[in-house]
Amino acid sequence: MVSAPPAEVAAPRRVPGDRDTAGLGVARAIGFLAPGLLLIGLFLVFPALWTIYIGLTNYTLTGTTSTAPAFVGLDNFAEALDDALFGNALWLTLLFVIGSAVLGQNILGFALAWFLRGARVWLRRTVEAFVLLSWILPSVVVAYLWIAVLDRDGGTLGALLGSPGTAWLVEYPMASLIVFNTWRGTAFSMMLYSSALAAVPPSQLETARTMGASGWQTVRDVVFPHIRGHVLTNTLLISLWTANDFSPFLLTAGGPNHESETLPVFIYRQAISSGRLGYAAAISFLLLVVNLVVALVYLVLLRKRS
Amino acid sequence: MRRTVLLAAAMSTTLVLSGCLGQQQESDSGRNADAKDVELTITSNSVKGGKNDAGAKWIEDWVIPEFTKQQKDKGVNVKVKFDGVGVDDDEYKAKVALDFGTDIGGDIVELDGIWLGEFAQGGQIRPLEEIVGKDKVDAWDGWDQIPDAVQQVSTYEGKRYGIPQGTDGRVLFFNKKLFAKVGLPADWQPTSWDEITAAAVSLKSLPGVTPVQLNAGTAMTEATTMQGVLPLLVGTGSEIYADGKWQGDTDGVKSVLDFYQQVYRGKLADPLLAQEAKGRDRSFEEFAQNKIGILLESDYFWRSVIDPEDGVAKMADRDSAVGWAKIPAMAPGSGVDGQDFVSMSGGGLRVINPKTQYPQQAWELLQFMNSAEATKAYLDGTAQITQREDVNKEVLASDPMLSFIAEEILPITRFRPGIAEYPKVSTALQQATADVVAGKSAEDAAAAYKDALVKAVGEDAVAGG
Repeated sequence: MVSAPPAEVAAPRRVPGDRDTAGLGVARAIGFLAPGLLLIGLFLVFPALWTIYIGLTNYTLTGTTSTAPAFVGLDNFAEALDDALFGNALWLTLLFVIGSAVLGQNILGFALAWFLRGARVWLRRTVEAFVLLSWILPSVVVAYLWIAVLDRDGGTLGALLGSPGTAWLVEYPMASLIVFNTWRGTAFSMMLYSSALAAVPPSQLETARTMGASGWQTVRDVVFPHIRGHVLTNTLLISLWTANDFSPFLLTAGGPNHESETLPVFIYRQAISSGRLGYAAAISFLLLVVNLVVALVYLVLLRKRS
Repeated sequence: MRRTVLLAAAMSTTLVLSGCLGQQQESDSGRNADAKDVELTITSNSVKGGKNDAGAKWIEDWVIPEFTKQQKDKGVNVKVKFDGVGVDDDEYKAKVALDFGTDIGGDIVELDGIWLGEFAQGGQIRPLEEIVGKDKVDAWDGWDQIPDAVQQVSTYEGKRYGIPQGTDGRVLFFNKKLFAKVGLPADWQPTSWDEITAAAVSLKSLPGVTPVQLNAGTAMTEATTMQGVLPLLVGTGSEIYADGKWQGDTDGVKSVLDFYQQVYRGKLADPLLAQEAKGRDRSFEEFAQNKIGILLESDYFWRSVIDPEDGVAKMADRDSAVGWAKIPAMAPGSGVDGQDFVSMSGGGLRVINPKTQYPQQAWELLQFMNSAEATKAYLDGTAQITQREDVNKEVLASDPMLSFIAEEILPITRFRPGIAEYPKVSTALQQATADVVAGKSAEDAAAAYKDALVKAVGEDAVAGG
């Protein structure tokens, strides 16, 4: 779709002080960027704008407002801020992110990377393979396995604890989801920290050992300063993934009685079950804003470091 | 550069925005009427080996080959595809609603009767006379066989939108084996709500048995409303929608929620079934395993769930072990119109997608699917209350449960209002029962329900308490 520039148009000469370091010229630079920009525009910018637009209407899946939606301004946003269920969903999402990503995946991932560092190769490879497996299996398969584990009639966990009859997903929905997501996503943190730890100079670890530093002191004073950037990047990524994760729906469908209805599940319920596309779009936009705010906070922290 | 991108984005946005949301196109009933190569699709919430297995088998193994043959004899080469899914009702509804917005949806689509109002108001479906022509629709001889009450299922504001698929009725099913253990009669027939709780209290002495399963909560969606709130509500003497108003926190609604509180606080029902994601399916399994004493369900439960051969939760000794009783009013004579016993009925319908490329051929297929021959093929030796009286007369005699529904229940039953707001009201009712199960008092749940109702349908359309 981008045609090559005619041969007689010579590439502009590089002038000292010119910012065009690649020597491409504006036209060709645009040519190189265009496909990427087009894709971003089509699949990122346009859907985002479209969501904002739908969020300003009372568009529904069925009924009169599906044929003739009206512009309602900021009503949807005002309603969301007043909606106890939205507040509930926001709070549960926060719990889910802090519990399973910021603490769960981060700590477990680092612990695995740290302790496997010195382990025998076969042990290390086996553990890594299992952790990775939980990450690469399709969500639906994993959800089915977890339902089998947590089921109240003949669930594996009930059998192991010798106390069948506990419906974990109904009685402890959020705790179950947090454990589930920690298990599900730890692989990424583990891999990231494994490579980050390789960058810590062995001589410094050696010195710490000869100085008689305990394991925790070594991690805190020698390792952590080296991998701070990795921790922030990792936390940013897994927080955003977790906040937008839809697998909780497969396990609890938001229930019982909204007790595990995180924002993505809430949006799905509003859009598909209740058919309120306008309202759901407004909340999607709010979720987008929350994501951006989280990302900004991390970026500021990251910049402060350097 | 940046300006160009912004400009392009702004332009494309305005272009799309100006015409995309809720667009409609006019249809012409005569298009492709003489086509020799025709392709039609039937969309249905049924799948072989899963949900509504019999319906899927019928369409794939009987309707499609027979219709293809019939058309071939007329020199038309027709190819019928089956778009069958087996999912929860609200997911199916979303799929269908999205399909209607595109050009890829089925030509014949099965719908639940309660969705008729909102789809009709949204213009996603149109009156049959607009799609295929009034004279053609009126000419079908099958209309005479469909009772007026059943035709209501497919009629909105006096216009026919499709052909009904039959109807059903709700009763109390009970396990005679469990009843015998606690000395309750095999021909049990309660005459008030108190007699239901009394029976449940005696069943409670059996270990591992849930005395009564009364559907509740939001996870069961419409099953909560249809097999819980509404049959109880008509037992208090009021229908959910009357004289242009919905029941708010009226005495009737409060009595219903009180009964829920009594049942769930008294540990006569299992709150987990009302809360977990697949609670209704599990209640079916538990009933089939003799773990539930009394279950309020429709005849669907008898013929598709615990059927010894084709059910999703087969019960080998169904015919001897399962009894049924009419649902009593709160007290004798307290039901709607002073009735002693009450029930609720619903039913599905098949419509023609207004966007079909072949309206005339779709209408032929629809008539074919509702012929006496096709209806009998659907039953295939089993019994069900079909839309056709001629077929009902032949087949119902073979099944005592279904003839009971036809003779005893249909005369006393009520239908849900097929108006656009109904699904929102239904959701609010489900939430009210979920609140009670979660521990809220009936009083508080009723108040919260009223607030939700006012928000959903407006103050003027709610009857106060």
